[in-house]
Amino acid sequence: MRKNMVVVEGSYAVAHAVKVCKPNVISAYPITPQTHIVEDLAQFHADGEMNCEYMNVESEFSAISALIGASAAGARTYSSTTSQGLALMHEALFNSSGMRLPIVMTVVNRALSAPINIWNDQQDSISQRDTGWIQLYAEDVQESADMTPQLYKLAEDEDVLLPAMSCMDGFILSHVYEPVILLEQGLTDEFLPSYDPEFILDTKNPMSFGAFADPSTYTEFRYKQEKAMGVALVKIEEIANEFKDIYGRYYGGLIDGYVLDDAEIVIMAMGSVIGTIKDTIDELRHEGESVGLLKVRSFRPFPKDAIRKALKNAKIVITLDKNISVGKNEGALCTEVKACLYNTDNRVPVIGFMLGHGGRDIPMQMIKKIINKAKLVEKGIFIESEYADLREDLA
Amino acid sequence: MSLLKPGHRGCAGCGDALAGKFVLDALGEDVIVVSPTGCLEVFTTPYPESAWGVPWIHSLFENAAAVASGVEAALKSLGRKDNTKIVAIGGDGATLDIGLQAISGAFERGHDFTYICVDNEAYMNTGIQRSGATPLYANTTTSPAGKISSGNPLYKKNMPAIIAAHGSPYVATASISYAPDMMKKVKKAAQIKGPTYVHVHAPCSTGWKFDGSKTIEVGKLAVETALWPLYEMENGEITTVRKIKNRKPVEEYLKVQGRFKHLFTMAGGENPQIKKIQEIADRNVRQFGLV
Amino acid sequence: MKLIIKTVTKPGSTRANKTGAWRSFMPVFDHKLCSKCGLCDVYCPEGIVYRLENGYYEPDYEYCKGCGICANECPKKAIKMVLEGK
Repeated sequence: MRKNMVVVEGSYAVAHAVKVCKPNVISAYPITPQTHIVEDLAQFHADGEMNCEYMNVESEFSAISALIGASAAGARTYSSTTSQGLALMHEALFNSSGMRLPIVMTVVNRALSAPINIWNDQQDSISQRDTGWIQLYAEDVQESADMTPQLYKLAEDEDVLLPAMSCMDGFILSHVYEPVILLEQGLTDEFLPSYDPEFILDTKNPMSFGAFADPSTYTEFRYKQEKAMGVALVKIEEIANEFKDIYGRYYGGLIDGYVLDDAEIVIMAMGSVIGTIKDTIDELRHEGESVGLLKVRSFRPFPKDAIRKALKNAKIVITLDKNISVGKNEGALCTEVKACLYNTDNRVPVIGFMLGHGGRDIPMQMIKKIINKAKLVEKGIFIESEYADLREDLA
Repeated sequence: MSLLKPGHRGCAGCGDALAGKFVLDALGEDVIVVSPTGCLEVFTTPYPESAWGVPWIHSLFENAAAVASGVEAALKSLGRKDNTKIVAIGGDGATLDIGLQAISGAFERGHDFTYICVDNEAYMNTGIQRSGATPLYANTTTSPAGKISSGNPLYKKNMPAIIAAHGSPYVATASISYAPDMMKKVKKAAQIKGPTYVHVHAPCSTGWKFDGSKTIEVGKLAVETALWPLYEMENGEITTVRKIKNRKPVEEYLKVQGRFKHLFTMAGGENPQIKKIQEIADRNVRQFGLV
Repeated sequence: MKLIIKTVTKPGSTRANKTGAWRSFMPVFDHKLCSKCGLCDVYCPEGIVYRLENGYYEPDYEYCKGCGICANECPKKAIKMVLEGK
């Protein structure tokens, strides 16, 4: 296996993964730190390695809009964006999900302006969680690449038909050089069937897409999207296992655990910080701490049942959020975990930490500090939600 | 039988409906239509019904040209383009204002499609608010005539010139009141390779405040008073102009519309607003050689 | 009614909506005055004025909204708008 590994930039691994998924239409608008992905795709295209239309559009709004048209016409589509670009697409994210178009997009997670900041956090994708897009979060470069064909297979499933975003932390995963196995074309041809939708824009069979639905019919469209998310809950696991069978790699389906089963303290997080947490856990376990990791891979659909099961034996739950909903003083993962436990008889304390905003580094010491703070609950000091990495001199 | 089917919810005497009908009947079945939000989109597609006899897609208000770009790219990529024409049909608000960026991008990229602006000179579907296409001194709900206002204080945005500046091989103005001329231009625009544009005048009885039976008549007056010049531009040069046989003063056009009524009821004597509108007409005559 | 997702609807299905119920005035076509120019067909926004086999024209009253454009445009004044009786 090791001899298939190459050391490449994270963006390259993802661009290469897109290439082997054989999209028909790619739209591109540059924004840091996504740029290397669309640049690598442009180079593949210029070298004749991709049989697709590559459109340089004039804004992210047009990037997603072009894919709406292309997907409705029956094409497999791809784009990538981040932060401000994703925010600009906001209206079209609802629209493409409502129109059940299986667009796949890599979101290279970056903080939102103002203040303007090009470094990593997850505010951008988390703030779009109501749009009806599937959201999976990758732990490392290999997973970011591998997620691409998995998301196409999931999105294009005729019982799902929802657009999907593959979330990878900006700079941390996009610009890092790691040894990866580039997705194999032959295996991908085996794993990913061609896109063959039932309804398309076709003069031989004319249909009208995007009617207006008055109060008598609107609700049922949303209901059907929700049902599709329910199907996705099942398919995400199935597809992750199919991927393992064909490629030999597995990162979890909806969630994944790391020395979780007997852990008294469980840390929950999404994205690249998982790696740091795993290393920290290894050290702490050596020191006798009963700590484990619950990685949340799928944020939408939110895996309530899987999380409830995984937290059954936990005594303390810590959530790490690289996002913030201003006005609630809490991160989204924290809120949604608490909500999914509320109606069960599991009253485990859930302690929320927000950190890493705007690309602020999260070293192992920070994880240890958080765990020690959380353990104060045993002394009756309960932290509902707070910033873990606040600078006292600036605050 | 038209490809725009009856039963749609357009007002009695609707100019947009006529524009849609003429476009479809000029081009036939091998067409994919992209519509932005607007009257024509809303009154033709209340779920579960559709009046469109050809494949049709509506996404959002400001992205028709981008969606059309994507449809074109998909057909090319999938090897299904053949002779299928891609046509975006949008109102003035969606075209001149909120959709301008997407149109600019699409024309710059040079997609093989036709954009037809159906211009009823305001945001009609939301209740007659002013757009970049609203002519000088027209009364709309957001540019109303009042004690200290003569209506819309801004000149109409020159969209054909903007498109021509993008290097489009064919730009034309048309009017629903001159149906054979309009259909000829639409056919020509669709046949020419590359991004082409037709700007269609579509009088709106509800918004301009005249009886629905006069829709065609009002459109004719716009042309005959030189306020709506009919011309074709190919690669930036004006190639044909429809000359006016019996030119009329602008009052003939303004007085039949409620949206200009306030210009005739203001303090007597010289009417400076009508003079200004006449100057627009005179300029058109000079610029296009209409007489 | 089966909800087709993607908000997709079948072409021409607006025919289910009989807009003839909208009108107050109905056009009455006098073939004696008609010159068969077809302008009434061209300028009908509903597209429901049809050419008969004998070359004259008649509206489909199921859909006619009574807008009066045909009467206004007829060069022979062969179409009159009449208040529709009960």
